Amino acid sequence: MEKLHLHYDVEGNDFIAAGEASGQVKRALRQLGIDFEVIRRCAICMYEGEINMVVHADGGTADVMVEKDKVTIILEDRGPGISDMELAMQEGYSTASQDVRELGFGAGMGLPNMKKYSDSLEINSEVGKGTKVTMVIHIPG
Amino acid sequence: MKHSVTLDKDKCKGCTTCIKHCPTEAIRVRRGIAHITEERCIDCGNCIRVCPHKAKKAVCDDFDRLKEFEYNIALPAPSLYGQFRNLTDVNQVLTAFLHIGFDHVEEVARGAELVSSLTKYEMESDPNLPKPLISSACPAAVRLICQRFPKLIPHISKVSAPFEIVAILARQEAVERTGLPPEKIGVFFITPCPAKVSAGRNPAGLETPVVDGFFAISDIYKRLINAMKNIDEPQKLAHSGLIGVGWAHCGGESNAVFQGQHLAVDGIDNIIEVLEDLEDGLLPQIDFLELNACNQGCVGGCLTVENPYVAQTRIKQLIQHMPISMNKVSTEPKPPSYMFDDKPLEASPVNVLDDDIEVAMQKYAQIEKLVETLPGLDCGSCGAPTCKTLAEDIVQGLASEDDCIFRMRERMQYLMGMGDADEYLPLPFRRRDEEAEKAEQERNEP
Repeated sequence: MEKLHLHYDVEGNDFIAAGEASGQVKRALRQLGIDFEVIRRCAICMYEGEINMVVHADGGTADVMVEKDKVTIILEDRGPGISDMELAMQEGYSTASQDVRELGFGAGMGLPNMKKYSDSLEINSEVGKGTKVTMVIHIPG
Repeated sequence: MKHSVTLDKDKCKGCTTCIKHCPTEAIRVRRGIAHITEERCIDCGNCIRVCPHKAKKAVCDDFDRLKEFEYNIALPAPSLYGQFRNLTDVNQVLTAFLHIGFDHVEEVARGAELVSSLTKYEMESDPNLPKPLISSACPAAVRLICQRFPKLIPHISKVSAPFEIVAILARQEAVERTGLPPEKIGVFFITPCPAKVSAGRNPAGLETPVVDGFFAISDIYKRLINAMKNIDEPQKLAHSGLIGVGWAHCGGESNAVFQGQHLAVDGIDNIIEVLEDLEDGLLPQIDFLELNACNQGCVGGCLTVENPYVAQTRIKQLIQHMPISMNKVSTEPKPPSYMFDDKPLEASPVNVLDDDIEVAMQKYAQIEKLVETLPGLDCGSCGAPTCKTLAEDIVQGLASEDDCIFRMRERMQYLMGMGDADEYLPLPFRRRDEEAEKAEQERNEP
């Protein structure tokens, strides 16, 4: 088998369920016997992306493709899009509302963490249309 | 691994209570009785707690084993003190041991105080220690980490368990006191849980077991109560303080590590949640993490007799009048090496579908597909705890699709040419039927 495809729907504004998809990905990757450090990095990337979709975009979809040598995570939403990418990538910068911050989210570490823990991060975003985030994490041979 | 948790085959009715409550999905029912998968069992004792037929038990030692030795030492766990009504002096309990056949008694609370001071030393002396330091005291939690969170193994404290340290000390001191050779001295741990029995029989970092046997608190309780009634003047045998005895309940161990931020967690499901968060970097900065597989800590062990909440309250009342601590390890120049586990803990992942990732991916896809065809009731009638675990067992060649009674029924009806199997199913399991639902609603709303 060359590629295993896992698909998850992420509900928007459901802060209690936030993190559920990343938890499921973690369990799946464990069953595949993937290196624990790779699993940890995937879980963090996936969790941050999932939270972003819950907080900013009223949910979206997550697709995880597992191959022998890499894990690809694609997160797609129809949210407001990112208007200033450079600013968004800065640590501590967040457009999250006060309500969301009171729940402990919106520390402005989401995208920086996704960049830090993935081997490649690609963001395609159009204001008013949505955002597509593609992350790749390599599995050492 | 020699497990303490085992099955009494004569008592097991093959019901599915235990498989549903096992946190590591280690139990299956086959041919009418439960089977525990050894490499998955972490000896947490949940199955012992929930079995309605008392068919799950912890294998401890027979009291007659005292006869094998010339001099016997009892090592009572601090949780024992929470088991007695109106106890104001722990010496009453300790003296009782000398009346029921032991020659000497040494509190495990003493070991707990030594461990607490060693833990502080460990945290101060090694600046490269990964944070948080995770307590090594609960063997069920340690086994869980080795199975499911191997990345966190380096966080686990290297200090030995309190009962192991006290066992070594008590035997040494008895040799000096009596002149007997070490093998003539019997050292017995009075345990609140089966996990400590398994850990003591298969010590993680020690070459040979340091304890000769184990008695469950629940087994020895009656003997103690009877002996305690006849003690008017208890001997002064206690020499540990509130730090050591406080280890009996969740939070006691953390309180003993004075510096830094601690988090104390009890209950196996809560532990799993916290460890997942720790692994993903979602926990706030903490220095010490105390884990207790049992609710309320060791007082909640499945081999105790008292309700854990009552026992915890009693411990808190008892320690109010105790000195803070009475035992300390000299760390100059270095603490004794036998107080640390040198053998590294090994990762023992049990959930991996196959060593070859491509085969594992194939199996994963098969499982997902199978799950869709199963009823999703998680009824346990197949002997597996959930439809998903049945699917995993099928793919691993350990079960068959026909083990699902609903699938088997459908197949039989199909083979007999009896048409739609749905009609033959009991009501709760039939397909949804909009017309029937409407009729039901109309009946309920006159």
